[in-house]
Amino acid sequence: MTKGILAFGAYIPWRRLPRKAIAETHGWFNPALKGQAKGERAFCNWDEDPVTMAVEAARDALAARDRATIAALRFASTTYPFLDRLHSGIVAGALNLPEDVSAIDVAASQRAATSALIEALVSDSETLVVASEKRGAKAASPVEMMSGDGAAAVLVGPGKPVATLLGKASRTTDFVDHFRSVDNQFDYQWEERWIRDAGYMTAVPPVIKRCLEQAKVAAKDVTHFCMPATLARVASAVAKAAGLDEKALCDPLHANCGDTGAAHSLLLLVATLERAKAGDKILLVGFGQGADALLLEVTPEIGTRPRNLAVTGHLARRKEEASYGRFLAFNDLIELERGMRSETDKATPLSSLWRNRETVTSFIGGKCSKCGTLQMPRTDICVNPNCNAIGTQQPHAFADMAGRIKSYTADRLTYAPDPPSCYGMIEFEEGGRVMIDFTDIDTAALKVGQLMQMMFRIKDIDTARGFRRYYWKAAPKTGHA
Amino acid sequence: MAKGIKDKVVIIGMGCSKFGERWDKEADNLMVEAYTEAIADAGIDTKQIDAAWLATAIEEQHVGKSATPLAVALRLPFIPVTRVENYCASGTEAFRGAVYAVASGAADVALALGVEKLKDTGYGGLPQRGRGPLNDMTNPNASAPGSFAQLAAAYRAKHKVEPKDLKRAMAHISVKSHDNGAKNAKAHLRNKITEETVLNAPMVAEPLGLYDCCGVSDGAACAIVATPAVAKNLGKKDMISIKALQVAVSNGLEAQHNSWDGSYFATTRVASKRAYAEAGIDKPREQLSLIEVHDCFSVTELVTMEDLHISPEGGAIKDVLDGFYDADGKVPCQIDGGLKCFGHPIGASGLRMIYEMYLQMQGRAGERQRQQEPLFGLTHNLGGFPQRNVAAISIVGKLGA
Repeated sequence: MTKGILAFGAYIPWRRLPRKAIAETHGWFNPALKGQAKGERAFCNWDEDPVTMAVEAARDALAARDRATIAALRFASTTYPFLDRLHSGIVAGALNLPEDVSAIDVAASQRAATSALIEALVSDSETLVVASEKRGAKAASPVEMMSGDGAAAVLVGPGKPVATLLGKASRTTDFVDHFRSVDNQFDYQWEERWIRDAGYMTAVPPVIKRCLEQAKVAAKDVTHFCMPATLARVASAVAKAAGLDEKALCDPLHANCGDTGAAHSLLLLVATLERAKAGDKILLVGFGQGADALLLEVTPEIGTRPRNLAVTGHLARRKEEASYGRFLAFNDLIELERGMRSETDKATPLSSLWRNRETVTSFIGGKCSKCGTLQMPRTDICVNPNCNAIGTQQPHAFADMAGRIKSYTADRLTYAPDPPSCYGMIEFEEGGRVMIDFTDIDTAALKVGQLMQMMFRIKDIDTARGFRRYYWKAAPKTGHA
Repeated sequence: MAKGIKDKVVIIGMGCSKFGERWDKEADNLMVEAYTEAIADAGIDTKQIDAAWLATAIEEQHVGKSATPLAVALRLPFIPVTRVENYCASGTEAFRGAVYAVASGAADVALALGVEKLKDTGYGGLPQRGRGPLNDMTNPNASAPGSFAQLAAAYRAKHKVEPKDLKRAMAHISVKSHDNGAKNAKAHLRNKITEETVLNAPMVAEPLGLYDCCGVSDGAACAIVATPAVAKNLGKKDMISIKALQVAVSNGLEAQHNSWDGSYFATTRVASKRAYAEAGIDKPREQLSLIEVHDCFSVTELVTMEDLHISPEGGAIKDVLDGFYDADGKVPCQIDGGLKCFGHPIGASGLRMIYEMYLQMQGRAGERQRQQEPLFGLTHNLGGFPQRNVAAISIVGKLGA
């Protein structure tokens, strides 16, 4: 069977901050920001992080696919919330993957995703590769301006691929253009001109050359060149040096998303696959302590792929955020007076979390084998008053079911990081209901009958212990808000 | 159906502290304040009490666990004392314990006391607190007003009511309770308000504004009950008896089964039907003289008028706006100001409602006395959330009525 990319998906958060909002606030201090104040950057809601975005990108990629055949999961990021907890384990749980899946977090480099993708493409296992990034940045820094939050996922393995690997090459050096140690929240970066000349221009073209030689493809025959680089004009300079057609250069998604760090190479790949045609050759580069290059060829299967949101759909799912204050607060860059109601203990009993993982992480409810009633959560006794059978509730996945708002409110009394706290009763079209938090919702969408979808989100952050727990929330179904 | 407890037990004494922000009082001071009124009213000695029940809901905020806070505060002489908690319906649960003890013959005289001391949180409203490990992981980030506000969304959708019409009826409910509370010296809030004040108030949880919500109060209320024979020996005349006591508790159906539409209280409908049957009432709209309901929020009171089978389904807005439930209406509701203005010290609230019935039936309600002599009074004490709650109903009236 042919090996290659079987499916792909992406996730970009709903909220977009116009860069001019940053420049307007900090222009007095750093007038140079005004020159960068074009377009907008995507940023996470308070309840999103690289884990939740990875789950959503993977769900987008796996839409309508059987997940039981996935044997391996590779999760790439440099902004994991935990130093010691397997993030791909959380993702596997949220995706309800088989427990015998092999899972590895790939970290510590901007090219983590391309390295993971190469490993997956040469292996014989069906592998889900996800990359997700939420870069921290100091207020008024270029990183804050240029970066965006986002995630991408590709499923790789034997089957009917939409793209196959023609060649690959890597180079590893300890070229430190920027770094972030365990002691520091933010990046420390060296001079841009040096990064460009001694970094990208020195490292990338030779790797591309080797990759193309291995694939026996001429540089001019590359149709799409996916080159993540935040620095201006670097991608086009690399293309020129490598002999690539400048028209092959892919949109870096700077204007409407921002650079998603370790996820950006995969995000550009997904955006390219969305518009690629059979026979197209895609050159994908990852840069960071050396470089990776992959050459992929698009197959005729690209015409039969299921319609998912991918990059285009998520860019269209968009909420402009005029307030830079909200961005600062969500990213913990400003100390807000959150009030006494925020002081409650958010401790998570780990034994309880583990025992209830089916409900909490995987959002699995029950379906009565006797009367067919769906219910969330699954309990020993069926909730149907005309049944109440004992021990008949079989596991039933609720995460991908659509539902409608039955009742709702916008609560300004309870403490919420993004007030008002919106929540209500969701009635699933297939059956069952749940009283649950809403997220990514405008008050205009708060109406009985509003179509909703479930999303994996942060439920609470325990700042006292540095733990965070995840759960599911309801958001307006994309295209129905 | 079981025969029930109609006329097996009478109230021989009641007391109620002033409700409000009692900055200078501990919970035990409030208990003693209610108790001294009740014991004097009963005309008995502490040693004559055979058993006692204590109601508190958020005990971690004041007295702590167990029944000992009551036994210690009143120096009860090593008698059986039980503490009950059933959300905001705890007060009626304590009353039920005492009444059942007397009805069973296990006690001749029993006491029920509810207390709550909530104003030590540092902020307004109920304390923000954990609900247990699994609930904290899955429940929405909800406040009490937010939970009850959803009734409005579902009610509007079901009965095709314009938001402004529902909001106006809700405003009438709050204006009426403030009018009533102004006449009650023990009430927490005694200011009159206008419909405009309600409609223009800051939003707490859409569509509930500040004046759609009851306050949080400190306070205590106490009842002493006995058999009619014991009461007679004490020289009691024109006795007030318990006609019915019913509790219905959600079993997860509302929260998990799609047969509930979110616009009403499934428990209240069941509990009130059982209570009417126990009391021998078949036309509540005609037979009830007074009602005290759990008006934690204006919208709760509105839908409860239907759940008690007094207003027809979908007809509460009309009845409310017609003044049917005003102090001078056919069935006055919250003639003492209700939770809205008398106040809501959680554990005490169910007993406070019965206290008002007891005063009204004896003609002792002062400025707010119902002129037409009350015969049957119903109290409705609710705890929890619309999708998961405890509804406790009592019906009291003249012995033999």
